[in-house]
Amino acid sequence: MLIEAFSEAFRLILSADADLYEILWLSVQVSLTALLVSIVLGLPIGTTLAIANFPGKNVCITVINSLMGMPPVVVGLLVYLALSRSGPFGVFGLLYTPSAMVIAQVLLITPIIAALTCQVMDDLHKEYRDLFFSLSIPLNKAVAAYLWDARYSLITAVLAGFGRAISEVGAVMIVGGNIDHLTRVMTTAIALETSRGELSVALGLGIVLLALAISVNGLVTTVRSRARYYGCA
Amino acid sequence: MRETRHSGKPNLQISMNNLCLDMRGSRVLDQIDLTIDQPGVTMILGPNGAGKSLLLKCIHGLLSPTQGSIGFNGLNGNPKQAMVFQKPVLLRRSVMDNMRFADQDKQTQSELEQALDSVQLLEKREHPATQLSGGEQQRLALARALLTKPDLLLLDEPTASLDPASVLIIEKLIQQATRQHIKSIFISHDIGQARRLSADVIFLNRGLVIEYSDAAPFFFAPHSDEAKAFLSGEIVL
Repeated sequence: MLIEAFSEAFRLILSADADLYEILWLSVQVSLTALLVSIVLGLPIGTTLAIANFPGKNVCITVINSLMGMPPVVVGLLVYLALSRSGPFGVFGLLYTPSAMVIAQVLLITPIIAALTCQVMDDLHKEYRDLFFSLSIPLNKAVAAYLWDARYSLITAVLAGFGRAISEVGAVMIVGGNIDHLTRVMTTAIALETSRGELSVALGLGIVLLALAISVNGLVTTVRSRARYYGCA
Repeated sequence: MRETRHSGKPNLQISMNNLCLDMRGSRVLDQIDLTIDQPGVTMILGPNGAGKSLLLKCIHGLLSPTQGSIGFNGLNGNPKQAMVFQKPVLLRRSVMDNMRFADQDKQTQSELEQALDSVQLLEKREHPATQLSGGEQQRLALARALLTKPDLLLLDEPTASLDPASVLIIEKLIQQATRQHIKSIFISHDIGQARRLSADVIFLNRGLVIEYSDAAPFFFAPHSDEAKAFLSGEIVL
């Protein structure tokens, strides 16, 4: 039975099954959009937390670090409450749409990107601070230097965020509703097909998801080895 | 105000008035009152923990004194300063890009190359800076500091643990800087180097200035027992 399920799964992948690729495409679209928004939010938040001095800075860092481990179902529930008809943003009618899934994933991965950025930037700031003072480097040039010199570590942080987004199931299930041809993504489809006993479809999606996860990890490893060569690791 | 022997340009005067610095509840620099007005290299000597690096950081503005003040006279406005740290801090990019980063005056490529040539790093201009040897990294840090055309150059043990060839290059560059009327304040544990380079010497111990005098009298007839013991190679606590 297992061998049959595997061979059927590979057949679906190799035959470019329309349903399977629709799910795959939506997953990538949602996660990449969430990732882009999280980069725009997370990088400045992390950099500011590392470089700026303000009252409550340590509290903010603790909060961001804690949010990294926030359970996806809790995020899903909060987004659900916010977007449901009686919620503060219910008027936009976003619940059970890919946009709601993007919002949930943004809330999940922004803290990851911000916290990792803060850690990387803090280390670099401690190393460069006296030099930049000595050379009278203006703040904008200093921030640009931090971002450039930390680029490999930041790419790793971003890829970690993508890995979390693409493999997440709890939040997107709650706010997306796993609606066929609308909000069904790889993780929610795997959960559904497994519960229905359709193991070949679940396995096919699982293989693609695994391949994506391995590719992301491979990219992280490549980026790290390049960083080591340039002394950036 | 003393005049330099070479140019008639007024010397940079650095005045420290009742300078005190407290760190973690203890006094690490204590009532330092002195005026440095010699041209050339002022050497700061003293045992580990004497407060040499802290004094240099106070002069540079990296640390704010708990009490007292530091003033600069002799130039119009504050002097342009550059500091070379004991552990060279280099950006994670190429040797030439490290130079370009520090270059505020938009110097030409050939000027930058000339600066690198002066520390014998021209051939390594495209190498990642953090992959250079310790001596090469420190030479690059010095070339980068000099690129900013400072009036005051602060050097915190720039030759500690370096190979003799790098020490020689660095010493030559500092002597050349002196000829270009750049005032240097240098921390060293190498008494031979101090004799070679210094015009005057500040001897510190436990945050106190024990002696401040011209180099020749300090090395030939130090007044304090601590300085005598230090110069004779004894362990000073």
